[in-house]
Amino acid sequence: MTNWVLHGLSHGIRTTRWPNAAEEGAGVTPGRPRAGPGADDLARRCPSSALSADAEGVTVDFARCVHCQRCRHGDDALSWSRDFSWAARIRDSRPALPARFRRSLHVRYIDAGACGGCMGEVRLIDAPQYNMHRLGIFITATPRDADVLLVGGPVTEAMRWPLRDAYEAMPEPRRVVAMGVCAIDGGVFGTSFASAGGVAGEIPVDLVVPGCPPPPLAILHALLVVTGRAEASEATEQAP
Amino acid sequence: MSGRETLLQALAERYPGAEAHDAGDRVVATVAVDAIRDIATMLSTVHRCEFGTLVVEEDNGGLLVRYFFHNQTGGGQLVEVIARTDRAELPAIGDQVHAADWHEREAEDMFGIHFRGHPFLGDFILHDTEWPEAVEPMRHAFDPSRRERQPGLGPDWQPRRLLREPGALAFPVGPVWADYAESGLWLLETPGEQIRQAHSRLFYKYRGVEKMAEGQIPEQAVLLAERFSGSAAFAHALAFCQAIEKLAGGEVPARAKTLRVVFAELERIRYHAMTIAELAGSTGLVVAKAMAQATEETLLRLTGEVCGHRYLFGLIAPGGLAWSPDHASLARLNQGLGDALAELGRLERRLVNSSSFLDRIEEMGTLAPDVAAIYGVVGPVGRASGRAVDLRRALPYAGYEDAAFSVPTEEEGDGYARLRVFFAEIRASADLIRERLAGLPDGPVAAPWSPQPGAGLGWVEAPAGAAFHWVRLDEDGTLSRWRIDTPGFRNWHAFHRAVEGAAFQDFPIILASFGLSVAENDR
Repeated sequence: MTNWVLHGLSHGIRTTRWPNAAEEGAGVTPGRPRAGPGADDLARRCPSSALSADAEGVTVDFARCVHCQRCRHGDDALSWSRDFSWAARIRDSRPALPARFRRSLHVRYIDAGACGGCMGEVRLIDAPQYNMHRLGIFITATPRDADVLLVGGPVTEAMRWPLRDAYEAMPEPRRVVAMGVCAIDGGVFGTSFASAGGVAGEIPVDLVVPGCPPPPLAILHALLVVTGRAEASEATEQAP
Repeated sequence: MSGRETLLQALAERYPGAEAHDAGDRVVATVAVDAIRDIATMLSTVHRCEFGTLVVEEDNGGLLVRYFFHNQTGGGQLVEVIARTDRAELPAIGDQVHAADWHEREAEDMFGIHFRGHPFLGDFILHDTEWPEAVEPMRHAFDPSRRERQPGLGPDWQPRRLLREPGALAFPVGPVWADYAESGLWLLETPGEQIRQAHSRLFYKYRGVEKMAEGQIPEQAVLLAERFSGSAAFAHALAFCQAIEKLAGGEVPARAKTLRVVFAELERIRYHAMTIAELAGSTGLVVAKAMAQATEETLLRLTGEVCGHRYLFGLIAPGGLAWSPDHASLARLNQGLGDALAELGRLERRLVNSSSFLDRIEEMGTLAPDVAAIYGVVGPVGRASGRAVDLRRALPYAGYEDAAFSVPTEEEGDGYARLRVFFAEIRASADLIRERLAGLPDGPVAAPWSPQPGAGLGWVEAPAGAAFHWVRLDEDGTLSRWRIDTPGFRNWHAFHRAVEGAAFQDFPIILASFGLSVAENDR
């Protein structure tokens, strides 16, 4: 017979101290390319048009970068950051939720056609290394209890109505976070007969989290930005 | 299955008009439409073949339908049976070879083929709620960029109900349900507490991946191969690359071959750790779930550190690997893997000694060996039901030809048998990684490759089971047909059989114990 409680306690605390201290553990993020010197040749290697080059150098559109790593290797490689605070506002973003949500934020995740990468990373914000509960973040089973709708994946034809229904069922004030490049503009799946592309085409979006997939800390960052507990990032980086 | 010559001889005797020959990697037989049912039955019963996959392609106004079969255990025998129909009509083989049943439904939805005798066509990939019957998206004439509102049935659509007795109801689970579940709808029919009939309505996440890849060059399409099912990205990208490499001739460099096995097995370990976490979580065993998730995260970080991406994106490329991790990071992988394995070993010992946990999974969600065989269930779920089918053995590929590894099987077919198979496969994969890394050759990881126009079939034993990718390249080097057959497509078909008879509260546990991805199935 296993005493799970004692066994759990015997592991000690494994949780990151972020956001109160930096988290620089290897592999917590895939990282992403930084804008920098580079030529057309490098930009052409990018299969998702995230890189564009001019006389100043290479500009990065994070909303398109799928971490294919093709600009990471080779003689003219761009340097890659190891950050993860990626959540960015978009033009129609509503303001952050009021302060009373800072200790109790209920989130409903909607899989609108996500590949499993985003799904895996969302599940792990509950893992011991991240422990969303210490930040007052909870996952809820019903949109009626949700303050935030976290949506992953391009919105497929069959998920358009379930997504709208879920949003309609939420009480005010409510916010929507589109996570992953697919939820921003369809990503590698694009817009087609089967995919409506980004979430913003169906319901209002307040924050986007670039990444393919965004790692757990990027998702937590978005959920802190949504209540005004962290600064938003920029969705593009211009050549210096 | 008997040898190739025996098979060719048997085909020649039984079908004097048919054309059959040895095509190097497989036996190819072209037969008349009316012979399909007979030949499929002969292959599966007399020659004890497994149904592999079904591929439909347009050809000069008609349709070429290819049925693939392979042997069960060893020997590397693959059989392709080709039938041509000009009227988009074929006899169904789903009642003889039940594993083909969903393939026929897909072909009906995608190409409008009428399968004579099939009991239930329609409302499959293209839901009747959104789509009219006449839409056939995989035909070349269909424009995939069209986003017109489709005049489907809308709210008039009603689920199929089988249970007819007083008080019976159909309880819908999904498409948005539970804490963070993948989108899909399970209609559970019940007179009260026991689930009598279950109907999985998937493809809410159909993104038209195969259609969208048409016209793309392989270097572009490999992004889709990785990203349509992120939890098994490396496996599917490997199958895709192997299909293309069949058209290019040439050899994948030895170092790349070895590393492909290493990363494919690493992905399997992480996938199974995730399944174990979900299974523990579904029974409410939070400490065990946390332990499994902590190990999953450790493995993801290790993968990220060594391969630059937590889900192995951007590593594989047609012809080998896009780049190679260096010696130091591979040594780190070996060491980190040892630690993760030790942690999972401790978790397993505690789980099998927790009677309250075992009560929830023993004799629960049982897929009896005979049922698993009828549905052709693959992967760990099949192996937990006594089916030792593993493509790494049956049709060795990549670098598995000379690899020694165990294929653990169990007989009971219940949730506990599946749990034991997951843990045993983790150990077997770790042994294989260690063995491959110890003999890792030096040298390049990429070879120049220039594919010729044509079509190739690639396959892998993905974490959840057998996956087949059929890829056709045009004269201009772009894809003109891609069919992805996933383990989920096979196993979701059988899932309802494990649920029927269970009580409502067991549904999430049985679901978790299958360890299947909806994204992988839906494409």
